[in-house]
Amino acid sequence: MKFPAGLKYTKEHEWIKVDGAQATIGITDFAQKELGDIVFIDIDTLGKEVHAGSVFGTIEAVKTVSDLYMPITGTILEMNDTLEAEPESVNGDPYGSGWLVICTVKDPSELEGLMSADEYKAMVGH
Amino acid sequence: MIDETKSKRVAWVQFFFISNGLSLFSPTILNKILMKNTPFTDIHIGLGAKMAPFAGYNMPISYKGINEEHHQVRNAVGVFDVSHMGEFILKGENALDLIQRVTSNDASKLIDGQAQYSCMPNDKGGIVDDLLVYKKSDTEYLLVVNASNIEKDWNWIQSHNTKSVPMTNISDDTALLAIQGPKATEALQSLTSVDLKSIPYYHFAESEFAGCPNIIISATGYTGAGGFELYIPNRHAVAVWNKIFASGAAQNIAPIGLAARDTLRLEMGFCLYGNDINDTTNPIEAGLGWITKFTKDFVGRSFAENIKTQGASKTLVGFKMVDKGIPRHDYEIVDGNGKNIGIVTSGTQSPTLGEAIGLGYVAAAHAKSDSEIFIKVRDKQLKAVVTKLPFIKA
Repeated sequence: MKFPAGLKYTKEHEWIKVDGAQATIGITDFAQKELGDIVFIDIDTLGKEVHAGSVFGTIEAVKTVSDLYMPITGTILEMNDTLEAEPESVNGDPYGSGWLVICTVKDPSELEGLMSADEYKAMVGH
Repeated sequence: MIDETKSKRVAWVQFFFISNGLSLFSPTILNKILMKNTPFTDIHIGLGAKMAPFAGYNMPISYKGINEEHHQVRNAVGVFDVSHMGEFILKGENALDLIQRVTSNDASKLIDGQAQYSCMPNDKGGIVDDLLVYKKSDTEYLLVVNASNIEKDWNWIQSHNTKSVPMTNISDDTALLAIQGPKATEALQSLTSVDLKSIPYYHFAESEFAGCPNIIISATGYTGAGGFELYIPNRHAVAVWNKIFASGAAQNIAPIGLAARDTLRLEMGFCLYGNDINDTTNPIEAGLGWITKFTKDFVGRSFAENIKTQGASKTLVGFKMVDKGIPRHDYEIVDGNGKNIGIVTSGTQSPTLGEAIGLGYVAAAHAKSDSEIFIKVRDKQLKAVVTKLPFIKA
């Protein structure tokens, strides 16, 4: 199971990668394995500001549905349109082609409250 | 029998996990304390299965992924450990009488070596459990019940056992494997002298299998893919498993988890107790009229008969999503004006169809095929259409 070092992680199993004033968000390798085959990503917050810890969308697997939580406060600028045709990318490449949204970074200090790769790895018991 | 304290704890734990069903965390610690194992638990863990508590048992949910396992069963052959299911033996000259009283189907029609799907209605219009009734002989029957209902069913049947029919609960001594799929016969034939293709659907043979005596080889299953279910004494269970996998290697036989069992049964429109039927749903409303026979008397008959004559106010229907979204248990069903007309009882993305499907109760006026209904998925109302069952041709 992969936990890339350059990312920050949430206890709800999202990852975030900051690149200047913007950040990319997805779910972790652990999360995709737990959910199983992902069939549909439902994000209806495009263009909206979503608070840290609030739901920005949901992810549907064959067996279950799970909410997606914002790691930080930001406006959703873009969602990964390729997932509509290929939701399985989230299973196959959760940190790459399976990314979910790009958002603004409203308050960089919020990032300090998130977990490092090692901390997250310890939390999920790997 | 399971002692009462333990079963209450298990029920609490089940509730805990169900009510936290959206959590991504696996309940490892409670699991180890309370869960029962099957004879195959170590094998599943060794194979890297994702394990989870189900009806008080530590069961494999999936091995390689639901979709892959689902297709494996539809297109080839797969093996399910369903040893958590309960088995009762009823013996003696009054066994049939008792079965006739507590079940809705007509067990007097069974011949030796035949099984039937049936239902145990309660005395309030609902369903105690759905089950299989196997006739071994005029004086010996096997009842196969849902794992979550073993204790409830036992007590229910006993409460109607006025003629003291000898009953034995062999659940804890019996392993059950379902070998399902179009290649099941091919995969298993070398393990028995019984001509497997000569066993008709819903019939069984009791014979030597994989070198073990007295195995029930039953041409049943809950997948619509064809195949067999094998009732195996625990002491032979692992040996039989290993021989099945050796024998089925040419067919690429694979282990299948309970998650794919659920998508397979849902594509067939088969009811799952606890989801689609429960203590408050009537067999007629649930579309189980075909196993409700008014040619005999049984507990709960009057409720079923009244609904049958007066017409059901709600009916269990299948539906397909038109708008994009996945229906889930307990989602509300509404009409075009947003008015409540029912509730979703099961839902998933069908791996075979690549479409979202579900079962749910709707008011009679909306139950006809092609009726347009709407499913409330979070804050949205998504269009769906009532569809004839099964969703796929078996």
